[in-house]
Amino acid sequence: MKVDEATVHRIARLARIKVTAEEARGLEKELTGILDWVKMLDEVDTRNVEPMTRVVPIVLRQRIDTVTDGEIARDVTANAPKVEDHFFVVPKVVE
Amino acid sequence: MTTVTKAVPMQDNAAAAKSPNLIKGNTGDWEVVIGLEVHAQVNSRSKLFSGSSTAFGAAPNSHVSLVDAAMPGMLPVINAECVAQAVRTGLGLNAQINLKSVFDRKNYFYPDLPQGYQISQYKQPIVGEGRIEIDVDGASMKVGIERLHLEQDAGKSIHDQHPEFSYVDLNRSGVALMEIVSKPDMRSAKQAQAYVTKLRTILRYLGTCDGDMEKGNLRADVNVSVRKPGAALGTRCEIKNVNSIRFIGQAVDVEARRQIEIIEDGGKIDQETRLFDPVKGETRSMRSKEEAHDYRYFPDPDLLPLEFKPEFVAGLKAKLPELPDAKKARFVKDFGLSNYDAGVLVAERENADYFEAVLSTLKDGTRDGKTAANWVINELFGRLNKESKDVGASPVSAAQLGSLVGLIGDSTISGKIAKDVFEILWAEGGDPAEIVESRGMKQVTDTGAIEKAVDEIIAANPDKVAQVIAKPTMLGWFVGQVIKQTGGKAAPATVNEILKKKLGI
Repeated sequence: MKVDEATVHRIARLARIKVTAEEARGLEKELTGILDWVKMLDEVDTRNVEPMTRVVPIVLRQRIDTVTDGEIARDVTANAPKVEDHFFVVPKVVE
Repeated sequence: MTTVTKAVPMQDNAAAAKSPNLIKGNTGDWEVVIGLEVHAQVNSRSKLFSGSSTAFGAAPNSHVSLVDAAMPGMLPVINAECVAQAVRTGLGLNAQINLKSVFDRKNYFYPDLPQGYQISQYKQPIVGEGRIEIDVDGASMKVGIERLHLEQDAGKSIHDQHPEFSYVDLNRSGVALMEIVSKPDMRSAKQAQAYVTKLRTILRYLGTCDGDMEKGNLRADVNVSVRKPGAALGTRCEIKNVNSIRFIGQAVDVEARRQIEIIEDGGKIDQETRLFDPVKGETRSMRSKEEAHDYRYFPDPDLLPLEFKPEFVAGLKAKLPELPDAKKARFVKDFGLSNYDAGVLVAERENADYFEAVLSTLKDGTRDGKTAANWVINELFGRLNKESKDVGASPVSAAQLGSLVGLIGDSTISGKIAKDVFEILWAEGGDPAEIVESRGMKQVTDTGAIEKAVDEIIAANPDKVAQVIAKPTMLGWFVGQVIKQTGGKAAPATVNEILKKKLGI
């Protein structure tokens, strides 16, 4: 599969990564190479094979419905660049 | 907010075929096609994947754990009760329960989504196809359910606190939501409203969502398209986050009208997300979010598939409460109520419970369901509505009202006097039988006293007597006068009988 420059820019924008035109040209090649390599897997017929989700026979662990966490607004906001009254304060995002 | 909604109309939808709902345009009639995605907050104490509280109205970021804030290294652990609630809801929607479902990451950036993705279910939801029945203008129709899946709610951004900054509160971040997707089976604003109303009733009966739209615990994305009757489906627009049943109706009408005008003017509809502005009565585009409409779903590597056994589902099914449709049918069959009255009573579980409590206080001989329903609906609910109270705050208890209806049933008091007793109960409380006794409100069945009143009325109105002999339908006037004369206490049937005898008609 060929990843073109427009696709590189689109993926970069979706991931909020700034990519220059020059970098994009390099990434075009790299991403195409990675996808071509992974494409080797298509050689295996997996039509009747369930996706493998675990290597040991365990099931999804569930918790009972009780409140065991929270009330740590100060810790939660400790790393934020800007905080007011325990709110995260971010550049205006309204449309 | 799912992209897998199949836009397949139900072939056998009789309501659509008849379609009294067509909208007139300049080029002929148009049909509106509506599908709904309802987000219902799951009733649970703690969040879907963390142990912090779901309680409403807490101080900013106080109900947030390091998981909800998406701190590095934190891992989600699913809340068993949220799983049970989703299964109960699926059962209540007559839907297929999937014994294996998968959680996926839906990727997008927004300040109130700290993970950078929402944990949701994409290709394998916990609940598959189902259906519910709705009543519109006295006719019932089925609305198909496409799916129900579990997902996390996002946090809340507040934009009006500062000119340059938005304030983010993550208290809601990670609270469990059920997204319930309908099939595009609705053909009018009324049907869409009836669907959401019914869905809300079912959720409240099940106790899986409190349905509080003012708090945002139930909100709808409304998909609207228009077409010429019988034509292929048109391009749809999604109106996001409509938060009242009234607005859902308005949004459908306004959006259908907008689309018809565009097409009739030779334009075409762009598939897009729009917002409904109830103040201006219009929908408008949310274009800025459009380019991010690529969510790059993939299975969440932090979570194994959600699997359970048929016995788990059967156990929940065995404990489901009686649902509104079954309750309504029972009220009609066992108590002789009209479909309409039964429908009013079952719309809220608390109301139906109140009605049944009234009935349970009545003795076998006086257990008249229709009279009890009339009193509950017309007198009690009428009065409660007037004072904006719900049945939980009623000053008149079910036992009191039951006792009052019993007094009517055994002819101790007339219906008219009962209204006076009701007023006393409302304002002062007390025991209806005692009130009637101590205030001398008992119905007069003593024929001597009634005969005396009848004689007086006849003597005083010779002209009316002549009229009534010529035209017996005038009798009602005499009945009214006699009852008035006895202070409302004369039994109408007895009055009627005596009047007829005395007047010779």
